[in-house]
Amino acid sequence: MSARDNILKRLRERTDGPLTAPQSDFAVVTGRGWSREERLARFERWITSVHGEVIHTSRSGWTAALAEVLAAKGIRRLALGREHPVATEARAALAEGEVTLIDADRDIESWRHEQFHDTDAGLTSTRGAIAETGSLWLWPTPDEPRLLSLVPPIHIAVLDADTIEDTFFDVVEAHGWAGDMPTNALLISGPSKTADIEQTLAYGVHGPRELVVLLRHAEERP
Amino acid sequence: MTPVKLYPPKPEKVYFFGTCLIDLFYPEAGMDGIRLLEREGVEVVYPQAQTCCGQPAYTSGYHEEARAVATAQLDLFPEPWPIVIPSGSCGGMMRTHYPQLFAGTEHEARANEVAGRIYELTEFLLHVCQLRLEDRGQPEKVAMHTSCSARREMGLGETGPALLARMGQVELVEQARATECCGFGGTFAVRHPEVSAAMVEDKTQAIEATGAKRFITSDCGCLMNIAGRFEHQGKAVSGEHIASYLWRRTS
Amino acid sequence: MSASEVQTFTPREFHRQAHDALGNPQIRANFRKAMDGLMSKRRDVFSDWDLETLRELGANIRLRALAKLPDLLERLEANCQANGIQVHWAENGDEACRIIREICQRHGAKAVIKGKSMVSEEMHLNAHLEEAGIEALESDLGEYLVQLNEQTPSHIIMPAIHLNTDEISDIMHAKTGTERTRDVDYMTAAARAQLRERFMAADVGVSGVNFAVAETGTLCLVENEGNGRMTTAVPPVHIAVTGIEKVVEHLRDVPPLYALLTRSATGQHVTTYFNMISSPRKPGEHDGPNEVHLVLVDSGRSSIYQDDELLDTLRCIRCGACMNHCPVYTRVGGHTYGTTYPGPIGSILMPHMMGLEATKDLPTASSLCGACGEVCPVKIPIPDLLVRLRREAVGEGRGNVPGAGVKRTKKEVAAWKGFQWLATHPGAWRSSTAIAGKLQALMPSKLGPWTEYRTAPKPAKESLHALVKQHKAKRHQAGKADEDGEKRS
Repeated sequence: MSARDNILKRLRERTDGPLTAPQSDFAVVTGRGWSREERLARFERWITSVHGEVIHTSRSGWTAALAEVLAAKGIRRLALGREHPVATEARAALAEGEVTLIDADRDIESWRHEQFHDTDAGLTSTRGAIAETGSLWLWPTPDEPRLLSLVPPIHIAVLDADTIEDTFFDVVEAHGWAGDMPTNALLISGPSKTADIEQTLAYGVHGPRELVVLLRHAEERP
Repeated sequence: MTPVKLYPPKPEKVYFFGTCLIDLFYPEAGMDGIRLLEREGVEVVYPQAQTCCGQPAYTSGYHEEARAVATAQLDLFPEPWPIVIPSGSCGGMMRTHYPQLFAGTEHEARANEVAGRIYELTEFLLHVCQLRLEDRGQPEKVAMHTSCSARREMGLGETGPALLARMGQVELVEQARATECCGFGGTFAVRHPEVSAAMVEDKTQAIEATGAKRFITSDCGCLMNIAGRFEHQGKAVSGEHIASYLWRRTS
Repeated sequence: MSASEVQTFTPREFHRQAHDALGNPQIRANFRKAMDGLMSKRRDVFSDWDLETLRELGANIRLRALAKLPDLLERLEANCQANGIQVHWAENGDEACRIIREICQRHGAKAVIKGKSMVSEEMHLNAHLEEAGIEALESDLGEYLVQLNEQTPSHIIMPAIHLNTDEISDIMHAKTGTERTRDVDYMTAAARAQLRERFMAADVGVSGVNFAVAETGTLCLVENEGNGRMTTAVPPVHIAVTGIEKVVEHLRDVPPLYALLTRSATGQHVTTYFNMISSPRKPGEHDGPNEVHLVLVDSGRSSIYQDDELLDTLRCIRCGACMNHCPVYTRVGGHTYGTTYPGPIGSILMPHMMGLEATKDLPTASSLCGACGEVCPVKIPIPDLLVRLRREAVGEGRGNVPGAGVKRTKKEVAAWKGFQWLATHPGAWRSSTAIAGKLQALMPSKLGPWTEYRTAPKPAKESLHALVKQHKAKRHQAGKADEDGEKRS
């Protein structure tokens, strides 16, 4: 018999007999009932508490905010996709500028060294965010592959305010994750960090040192 | 979640289970517990056939022996009166572990019934007797060490401090890491003496750092351990069972 | 301890190792400081939660998964395979090592990069791969430091928690040539640079799994550093290795467990990354491994599974809260236990994996203070399980733990039988307590280990039994006197 058969047989022929499975009540991880403002405030409070940077901007003016971030952080080489509206709008806005735009939708084998050594930042869209924990959720695509949010030292994520939901559980349920899991689904809450040296927090241990969230609001904010 | 315990009105009579440590080393603490109850108008019945709850054997893994000892105690409480115990450790054994120890045996129902009548002394004084205390002592700063069994097995982290709060002249100070074990743990102190010693050393340092010259506890295992450490070092901090402390200052 | 000194630890030497650790002020200070911080962070992060209800849900999800374990494992396997993940089963650590080595060899792998995996520690995977000429490099910063120092982790979440900044600086200086410094950012950046090259060069990435979702065939990894994401996305082959108990039924079971895990482990409301992997690179995708393997390891788990009480051991989600709150672990540190999993969870798990003969001192290395059970996010009754293993060790359990009965000695049985006899003969009990009081002057002033650190208590002159009798007699007399008085008046 194979290891598989042996293990399953032992589990099925349990000495103390079959077990009964309890029902679960998930009320404690849902039903927060926060208003739009509360959601936004919580998201911002939590993600900034773990060193994430939030820049409020508008749907129409966000690329100007992006350009400011690039200038302020001295980003010369930005990797991004080509198809997602976030990428196309950013490309259009930055076309005439000094920043070199690097295509992210290439097989990693063809540009690994460039990505690891010669890319200052990665720009990605996000699918939404979670207020309770200050988390972005991303489903990487061929256009915006998974290493784009990990390898460059700065990750710039574009988030629409109306896609923030209350809890992780709410997101999983509302968007039917269970029926449609992508190759890789990610929650990202702040830049890479470690406390492995005597509990002292240090950022950017393996992934980005900085996470900038361009938080787009549907209307102009006063 | 620990279910909320509904406390009965003050009964006319209670059983008192003194515990073996009190019987052997601290009988006055037991007597003071009895006196406090009697002052509240409760008649205290002390079954002379009582010995030990069986916990030392239980926690050492000798359940056959523990069950034999516990079975002997089950016979001591025929009337439906509450059983009051001046120790969270023995109280936890009888309330929490008797049902486990006797599960599936002929004594199961009786063990569960007895377990349901177990009260730790401070719990009983506070919640059932609604004890009022008139403090006649000198102003004094004290620290309290609540035993882990009282705190976690019986869910009684607050009853001791609540009683001390009713003492007008007593200032209760909290030592650092108040909820941490003192290192007694019954046979643990014997099987792992060095680890236990490190734990009690930290506990005495924390108590000493409060500036209190006295610590109060509701368990004689912790008392023996912590006070024994203080005495061994020649430190001027003394320990007292809460029953004795309350009785001494209010009688 | 010098940075280069290689130490080996074994549970057989718990007492000696505890003695050494207790006498090492550096170890004592490092653990005390770290555990104090972790306890207070956990308390704070749960302060606005209905923690009991959340723990109840966590326990319930794990119990449901265990109740359906064989079915869920088959479902996990089928869904992983449908997604393109190759699934392997291993009865024990050696078999798992062999499976992983063979995958590596099939790809001509020379260098393996590892994300944190306690199961791989449990089966000594690194040593196995090294023997086959394959370098296995840890990439979690703590694991990396511990590996540089030729040690094993001293904590399941924070592997290098036994080392302080100066010690780490020395290790990095000696092994990688960095400057001696107290600058944590400098050391972190140095490790980043060293490891980035290794990620790019690695042929295979090996990771653990925090939750394996049967419903979707998804492997979930929880981390802060990003090395887990690197390990599972940069090399062309990813091998995930996990114990068979890590499976959960539904995807919706994951958010509550994740909420409990991060808060219980490090007091974080969330980790930086939650990485959910459901397939290898698909056609058209540009990164991620071309092959993903899942190795399901038994190693004694199916044996624990047989017993209704022991089963609770398998609920564990490996958060480490039990060790963070354990007063014994805090004093002696993780290495003292000499096992892959230290602290309370190790003391209830390792006897099944290594047998009670080797681990007999672990179940007793607890004062049963209950702090572990109180904080366990899935409500494992750890103190009860410690007592159960004590029973097994002295031959009074069910005999279904390897090495059962190993601690049963005639001398100790006789002592407990003696206790039983005395405690079931009240007359004899009363006489003996009375005698102890009367003979107190003759008691030895040294009671072995107790009096090395404490003054021994003196038996009272009269027992409580005797005092109560006198008290009752007095009250009876007083009552009679009252009655007489009433009669007279």
